[in-house]
Amino acid sequence: MNATEPRLRDTVLQNEPRLVDLWVDGLARSNLQRFGHLGANGLRQQCLRFVDEFTSALEQEPRANIHEPEFDNLRDIVEEISRLDATQGFSPSDTALFVYSFKEPLFAVLKEELAGSSEELISAVKSASRILDRLGLYATEIYQKSREDIIQRQAQELIELSTPVVQLWDKILVIPIIGTLDSERAQTVMESLLDRIVEFRAEIVIIDITGVPTVDTLVAQHLVKTISAARLMGADCILSGIRPQIAQTIVHLGLQIDVTSKATMADAFALALRRTGQKMQRTPVRRES
Amino acid sequence: MEEIPIIKLGRSLLVSIQIDMHDRLAVALEDELSEKLVETGAKGVIIDISGLDVVDSFVGRTLANIAGTARVLDAQTVVVGMRPQVAITLVELGLTLPGIKTALDVERGLAIVNATQGETADTIQRGPS
Repeated sequence: MNATEPRLRDTVLQNEPRLVDLWVDGLARSNLQRFGHLGANGLRQQCLRFVDEFTSALEQEPRANIHEPEFDNLRDIVEEISRLDATQGFSPSDTALFVYSFKEPLFAVLKEELAGSSEELISAVKSASRILDRLGLYATEIYQKSREDIIQRQAQELIELSTPVVQLWDKILVIPIIGTLDSERAQTVMESLLDRIVEFRAEIVIIDITGVPTVDTLVAQHLVKTISAARLMGADCILSGIRPQIAQTIVHLGLQIDVTSKATMADAFALALRRTGQKMQRTPVRRES
Repeated sequence: MEEIPIIKLGRSLLVSIQIDMHDRLAVALEDELSEKLVETGAKGVIIDISGLDVVDSFVGRTLANIAGTARVLDAQTVVVGMRPQVAITLVELGLTLPGIKTALDVERGLAIVNATQGETADTIQRGPS
């Protein structure tokens, strides 16, 4: 049931090199962007590998379902091309069109070879279409997936970028939190903070929440966890940058954040210096005349 | 049977846990440490757990017990060298070891113990003559 048409297989097998030539010529004429990116050789290479695997897939007399093992290699190539396209800025239609564009030379050759019987021609065309249509959709699917991977990676990078841990002074670290503190971010914050505590041998950590728009029960819970973990590593935390509305919210919600808190980072820094037994002092400025 | 060495260091006892803590070992440590505390009259206990990959709830409770026992015997317990991953796991488990002092490494732990001992010595010296 649904096995590929034997005439299709025979025709493709006998005309492999010609198919590649026709296809590359057609692509070079119509698909300018791909041609510009890959050059004549690269394009030819892509087409050659595709036709190669298409042929060997047909040789195994597969069913028309492209998820059967016979199509493994062909799928791999389509996947590779799709991923490449996604990173090089082609549109998803470009990727699908690449696969569909193979129909033109294929049908032309089929038409020549099977000119005698229109019935055979039709069923060969139908069979080829069935495979190529699905491959085209599959290419789009993979393209979409690689794009999603890229987006996810960028989101991860953004998270890491947005939570710097800075050494402010000997034994004193500052972590300015900017933006909403969701679970995922809280996790990153906690991990990078603990690593930095070891790295800088910190005793005091100032957590500055000036840039946190709202503090609800969840955010408070994340803060408490971070503070407890830092304490287990032997570092005390000071919370700073609590805006008036946030202070009110914390009280109204009855949140328990069991930690020293200061209104501004400057106050927190002064306290941190005192606790670590350090001192900063003003000296008279000498003006150069 | 494997055992965890307890080293006397000045007026403190240093316990360096470098092997996986299974339950029986934890109980044995608790016993031995309280005997050593009485024997030496130490004023501080420093427990170095930098060698531990996993701290489960039982080990966490043992640490709390040791700290409690030490407090009764007038010694202060400092847990030092906890790894970041262990700290995260403990916090997720809700085991924040309240009442136990912590420090980054043995050196800092000793500093904490010595600082509190200094206070005690001061008070005694300043007493009415």
